[in-house]
Amino acid sequence: MVSFVIDGKNVQAEGGAMLLNVARQNGIVIPTLCAHDTVARSGACRLCVVEVTKGKRTRIVTSCLYPVDEGIVVSTKTERVMNVRSLVMQLLMARCPESQLLKDMAKEMGIEPQPSFRVETDKGKCILCRLCVKTCEDVVGVSAIGLSRRGKDKIVGPPFMEDSVTCVGCGACAYVCPTDHIVMESTDGRRKIWGRAFRMKACDTCGRYFAPVDQLKWISKKTGTPLSELSVCLSCK
Amino acid sequence: MSTIKTLEDLNKAAKRGLESIIPSKTKIMVGMSTSGLASGAQEVYDALAAEIKKRKLDVVLCKTSAMGMDCIEPLVEVIQPNRPRLAYSRMTAKKVPEVINQVAKGVVDGFKPTYRMDEEDYLCLNEKKPYFKGPLPNDVKDIPTISNVDFYKKQVKIATRNCGMINFESIDEYVAKGGYFSLYKALTQMKPEQIIDEIIASGLRGRGGGGFPAGVKWQTCRRAHGDIKYVLCNGDEGDPGAYMDRSVMEGDPHSIIEGMIIGAFAIGATDGFIYVRNEYPLAVANLQRALDQARAYGFLGNNIFNSGFNFDIKIGKGAGAFVCGESTALMTSLEGKAGEPRAKYIHTVEYGLWNRPSNLNNVETWANVPAIISRGAKWFSSIGCKNNSGTKVFSLVGKVNNIGLVEVPMGIPLKDIIYEIGGGIPGGKKFKAVQTGGPSGGCIPKSLEDISVDFDALWEAGSMMGSGGMIVMDETTCMVDIARYFIDFLEFESCGKCVPCREGVMRMNEILHDICGGKGRPGDIELLESMSKGIVDGALCALGSTAPNPVLSTLKYFRDEYTAHVRDKKCPAGVCKALIRFSVSDEKCTGCGVCLKKCPTECISGEKKKTHVIDQTECIKCGVCKESCKFDAIIVE
Repeated sequence: MVSFVIDGKNVQAEGGAMLLNVARQNGIVIPTLCAHDTVARSGACRLCVVEVTKGKRTRIVTSCLYPVDEGIVVSTKTERVMNVRSLVMQLLMARCPESQLLKDMAKEMGIEPQPSFRVETDKGKCILCRLCVKTCEDVVGVSAIGLSRRGKDKIVGPPFMEDSVTCVGCGACAYVCPTDHIVMESTDGRRKIWGRAFRMKACDTCGRYFAPVDQLKWISKKTGTPLSELSVCLSCK
Repeated sequence: MSTIKTLEDLNKAAKRGLESIIPSKTKIMVGMSTSGLASGAQEVYDALAAEIKKRKLDVVLCKTSAMGMDCIEPLVEVIQPNRPRLAYSRMTAKKVPEVINQVAKGVVDGFKPTYRMDEEDYLCLNEKKPYFKGPLPNDVKDIPTISNVDFYKKQVKIATRNCGMINFESIDEYVAKGGYFSLYKALTQMKPEQIIDEIIASGLRGRGGGGFPAGVKWQTCRRAHGDIKYVLCNGDEGDPGAYMDRSVMEGDPHSIIEGMIIGAFAIGATDGFIYVRNEYPLAVANLQRALDQARAYGFLGNNIFNSGFNFDIKIGKGAGAFVCGESTALMTSLEGKAGEPRAKYIHTVEYGLWNRPSNLNNVETWANVPAIISRGAKWFSSIGCKNNSGTKVFSLVGKVNNIGLVEVPMGIPLKDIIYEIGGGIPGGKKFKAVQTGGPSGGCIPKSLEDISVDFDALWEAGSMMGSGGMIVMDETTCMVDIARYFIDFLEFESCGKCVPCREGVMRMNEILHDICGGKGRPGDIELLESMSKGIVDGALCALGSTAPNPVLSTLKYFRDEYTAHVRDKKCPAGVCKALIRFSVSDEKCTGCGVCLKKCPTECISGEKKKTHVIDQTECIKCGVCKESCKFDAIIVE
């Protein structure tokens, strides 16, 4: 266990625990957009920055990736911290003006859009937090989508933005997307995502469409469970 | 080639090498690194080969790399028995017969060499070998020695000690220069801790730009837990106008390899990787050849010098992303993934490549290591200035007379590099500023030309050493335009992982484009400043956190130029097209008609011997009229 100070409060935590988690356990609110419990953190959004003093050195770090250490002094709301968060929010609002989540968060943080930033029209609501990519890779295990290109042209999607052959239509990417950028439509036993349509399986018991056939096949393959045992929805199981 | 296991074997190789460096017959060397090839060295080499064959001369023709003074290439050097070494500059195929005439006669006659060398420095052996004995031949007396050439006078060569001196294809020549003797000493006479202590005592700081003490890094990596450790070499030089590392990789690849093997032994590493960008094909080829030779001699592989130490090096080729020069992005790229940086709150010396302890140093840092081991920490730390031991290689480019690669002792005044080594500013123009440290560095203004060129002083001045790019600018350079140029580069090279760099640098670029385009708004300068702070603090890696530097440093020293652009809609340097206007001076115009003929849009009119007029609606502000006017009659305002 290590002891340190966060916003003037003495706290104890397991050495090496991530600062963001420790702060939250101690009731301190730190905004984030790219941290999710199910996947490894990337530190992409930079919203969770805090100021840390360790010995003589004071610097801004991302709390989601910073391992706590004995004797550090953490401040989560200094001017420097707020300047970074405010810049990040303004930049993201200019990128994704349609995102309600960003608008709500900015309102809560008291941040106004920066009028000098030209509003983008072609980025949708994607903030490139990469939660979808990591979920598809690490949780689902199919890597149907990824990041391509570089810098401001970076995009998320299937390889070459063509219909993915590995996508199982599970929708985990849409579920994890914080800004609802990824659109998933379900109608009449069909689900559409990333431009591809998936046939849904109807529950043998209640008849409700509950999962794409491709996803069930993938689960069967991955877990060794016969496909026939995956024909009932979770509610009827 | 048989394996070298003992000092005796090594001495034999050195003897072979020496016979090839200074052979008993005439030897002609052509500087054939990228800079030489770009200026036509291959054509000169082919012409020399043909002429030698035609005249049936018994002459050795071989390749070497660039010595540094790229502005006088292609360079051909002649070594004849008992004569000084002669360097013929700006060679062309046409001049070849004349040089061969002189070689055949053994006398300089007509076309004159630019400089001569009377002796050759064998730095690692701490000795100088003369090219001739007895008095200096009469015909070469009025040719200056290299130490009297302004470009070389103040240079001290350690990292580039063999560049242009040896044939980069020959491992024996490297050995003859004292190469691999340091490795022998380290492996057979020193303990790993002793080597680390020596490097710490030398004060060697990382030459890639960070300036972190190399020995301390080695020590931390040695102490890190793990059976498998790596030593890595950063050869991903990406700064525009910087080519220090390329020159060492091309011209003296063994110095890097020897440094890495010594480092690996000290750290306890098992494998090494050299990360080179694929746009450096010659560097890749020369490194690969050198690795194969080192392996054949047993300097790489198992039981090196019978010490029980095993180590090998592979080359990892980068696809040319600037961000891959950043340590974690380089490692991610080596792992076969897209080159994106990651947080390094836990240092890469503990969790680096494949999460194993990894010690990354830059090309120049590694190349210094064998010299430190052979000559000792005391010698190395006697060169340079306080807390900045040794030398630094810079690529001196831009608005300066002598363009090339210079290696100078740390702490040299900036003005010595610009006015003495660089020979000042061409065209009698005034020196304005110098950009150091690449795109993420900053501008040092003329008012600071006395500044000591070292890690700390440059950092204090708001710039940085970086890997060693030095771009000189004169009075015709607009500092806002320069900041825009570098920000433009960084926007293009941002990997796009974190928001402040991806979106923030792009927005700064938009604002700078607006300012240069005459669309600057009140508050733009202040917005640039506050954004810069946020990006410096908020970006994930060093590319992002230093990206605002070009703006911050030009704002620090040239704020009035920004104000002129935004408030007065004027570009004082006369560069930003939207803010300038070309007109003809009634007083100076002689009506000669030259501008009228040269104007690509035919927007200049006027009768002979009468003042001409520029039609502002058609003028594209290309500046051709100004360049062509002999009477300085074109006004830019």
